[in-house]
Amino acid sequence: MATVGQACLILSLAVCAFGIGASIYGARAGRRDWVAAGRRSVYALALLSTAAFVVLEVAFLTSDFHYQVVATHSSTTTPFFYRFAAAWSSQEGSLLLWIWLLSMWSSLVLFLVRRRMRDVAPYAQAVLLGFGAFFAGLLVFAASPFGVVAVAPTEGTGLNPLLRHPSMMIHPPMLYSGYTLWAVPFAFAIGALIVRRVDAEWIRATRRFALAAWFFLGVGILLGARWSYSELGWGGYWAWDPVENASLLPWLTGTAFLHSIMVQEKRGMLKVWNASLILITGTLAILGTFLVRSGILDSIHAFGASTLGVPFVTLIGAMIVGSLVLVVTRREALRTEHHLDSLLSRESVFLGNNIVLVGLAFVVFWGTFFPLISEAVTGTKAAVGPPWFDQYTVPLALMLVLLSGIGPVIAWRRATWSNVRRGFLWPVVAAAVVVVGLVSFGVATNGAAVIMFALGAFVLSVVAQEIVRGAGARRAMSGDGSLRAAASLFQRNRRRYGGYTVHVGMSVLFIGVAASTAFQNARDVRMVPGQSAKVGGYVVKYVKPTTREVWRGGRLERIALGADLEVRKGGKRVARLHTERGYYPNPAPFATGSLVRGIFEGEATSEVGMKAGLLRDVWTAVQPDPDNLNKVIDGLAARTQGKPAAEQGRAVAGLLDFYRQGAFPSQFRLITSPLVAWIWLGGLIVFAGGLIALWPAPDGARGRVRGRLAARVAQDLGRA
Amino acid sequence: MNVLEPLLVIALLGAVVWLISAPLRAGAAAADEAGGAQRADLEAAKETKYGEIREAELDRRTGKLSGNDWREVDRQLRAEAVEILARIDALGDTPSR
Repeated sequence: MATVGQACLILSLAVCAFGIGASIYGARAGRRDWVAAGRRSVYALALLSTAAFVVLEVAFLTSDFHYQVVATHSSTTTPFFYRFAAAWSSQEGSLLLWIWLLSMWSSLVLFLVRRRMRDVAPYAQAVLLGFGAFFAGLLVFAASPFGVVAVAPTEGTGLNPLLRHPSMMIHPPMLYSGYTLWAVPFAFAIGALIVRRVDAEWIRATRRFALAAWFFLGVGILLGARWSYSELGWGGYWAWDPVENASLLPWLTGTAFLHSIMVQEKRGMLKVWNASLILITGTLAILGTFLVRSGILDSIHAFGASTLGVPFVTLIGAMIVGSLVLVVTRREALRTEHHLDSLLSRESVFLGNNIVLVGLAFVVFWGTFFPLISEAVTGTKAAVGPPWFDQYTVPLALMLVLLSGIGPVIAWRRATWSNVRRGFLWPVVAAAVVVVGLVSFGVATNGAAVIMFALGAFVLSVVAQEIVRGAGARRAMSGDGSLRAAASLFQRNRRRYGGYTVHVGMSVLFIGVAASTAFQNARDVRMVPGQSAKVGGYVVKYVKPTTREVWRGGRLERIALGADLEVRKGGKRVARLHTERGYYPNPAPFATGSLVRGIFEGEATSEVGMKAGLLRDVWTAVQPDPDNLNKVIDGLAARTQGKPAAEQGRAVAGLLDFYRQGAFPSQFRLITSPLVAWIWLGGLIVFAGGLIALWPAPDGARGRVRGRLAARVAQDLGRA
Repeated sequence: MNVLEPLLVIALLGAVVWLISAPLRAGAAAADEAGGAQRADLEAAKETKYGEIREAELDRRTGKLSGNDWREVDRQLRAEAVEILARIDALGDTPSR
């Protein structure tokens, strides 16, 4: 079926080329039939890329090692569940995933606007097809997933063990959904600029796609953080890694965009800013895609070095130059309709929020690309670490949380002092109570953390107050009970109250980040069974070593050397934890007849032992020292060289017995962190808010409002 | 390569050509519904305007807009809604809901 897959890719490229030509010709000649043919090219692209993706997935699921990409990224010992995800662990598969997702979102948006925006849509579909052509071209000419060999190897290399985690099934498709969804508002912005129709219509047509992009990218980032915390064995969730940063960049500028478009919709202001923001976000999304696989920056997430640097840099360059030319040549059309009435207004707060978010994005961009910048300037590649990022991002994050509390309350155009007093009195009191409480309990040892807790309380109070007041207003209008009025409030104003819910989630998340960063206790200790170590008021005892071997289909997938730990506090046992290090054998020594020799020569992963709670996590990871086993390995390897698999299996079992009984010292990382769970909880609240904002308004409510308002507008019409 | 693969490729090619060329085969007239497109744009604008009127009302009730400011904003938004309705009516055919 590789021929079918390859044919789908070639046809995809042809369809994109035709669609671009048809769309532009149709738009310029006023030929709707050609525009429709261009739109259908997008649907055809979706059909073809789906077929290609199915062919590739079937090859992975059936371990068809005729496909080179399957042989190098999967194996028979890779669990079935992860074979599905292995498709996008390869560069070729991830490019195919990109074009498939792009084609699906593009088809959806073009179907939805098929009878609207007839001036803008043809150019937008040409841009979307342009992206499609770029990725189809890469797949056809540079990175085809359908390359085959005549004689298939008996076994594949296997999926990178680090990627064998449930988050990794979902994390890449989420990130790629985010990246590809940003292409939609990007394309419509280009279309709107080309035809000089720069009112808020293109924003309204694509707002839900921008929100979905923000949502999926955010879910992807959070899943990546969770994976880092539980899989990478260093105890953190965010390391300012270049690939992590690359996904954060479009999320930050996209968040700014989602806020500032409200100013354009309401007041006709910030048109240049909004157009620039979405053009930057679209470009950063492509940059993020490139960085994941390029290997140009050192990253724990870069799972391969790409040869696609030149085409990607060319595309990014074209996007930057094209965007600049369009914005500059359309500056007259982008002139603002109103000016800022007062600094004490929601427009000002949104502007401040945008400056902070773009400032954050700039800091992250500079820190991420500093190694390349320093190499270009000085000839030496120098990197900046977390302390560098923290000195800028901490104050900016504090300002962001403050503004996210002010925004929902302050009035559009011009706030009066009575509006300010009415809106902020109780939230300020709540923040002050938190500060006093923290000082009284002696927790105020870290200034930035205390300010973040106070600001978090401020935001939570603001939103609670807004919901209470909104529900009160709703109750007065409808006569409903309090709960029903609150539910109705969310139902009828999904965008606004979904947004407020996001603010609550972000505050909870930032409180978790501040607490777990400022008040974390970490120790690296070396212990033998029976020894104990203290960390953050807890005593962790290394009870005994453990071992495990996992066989799949008659082949050794991995062995694990672990440790059982007992955690006590104040003499009372609070948890019994198990942590282990998994070793995936290098297939080469196995092929040459000595399984035991290759056990520690392949990849290794950590399984952390953790007691997670709402208030505190106790986190442990073991790093056994396989050097203690070297002499035994030499002896076993000599005895089992070229022997049958069963005998080699017994040698592995003997090695593990020896480890269990040896009482060897192991290295441990022990961490206690407060409020880490708040990060995941905050993330869930953020995404619940995102879903509320994304969900379409119920028809019934829309109908009633439409009827009521239509009657009132009709009354005005009658008077006129 | 078995015999099924070329057949599948030909079938895919045929399906793609059929899908894309349908509007061209039907001709420009069939594909062009300018009035319908304009109506869809105006209906969307009307929905948005009604949403803005509701938002302004909620802002007033929750204390974020003073009575005077709300009256001014509401009057302007309603005038814009009237203009949109008038443009929809001018298109004739199906009346706006």
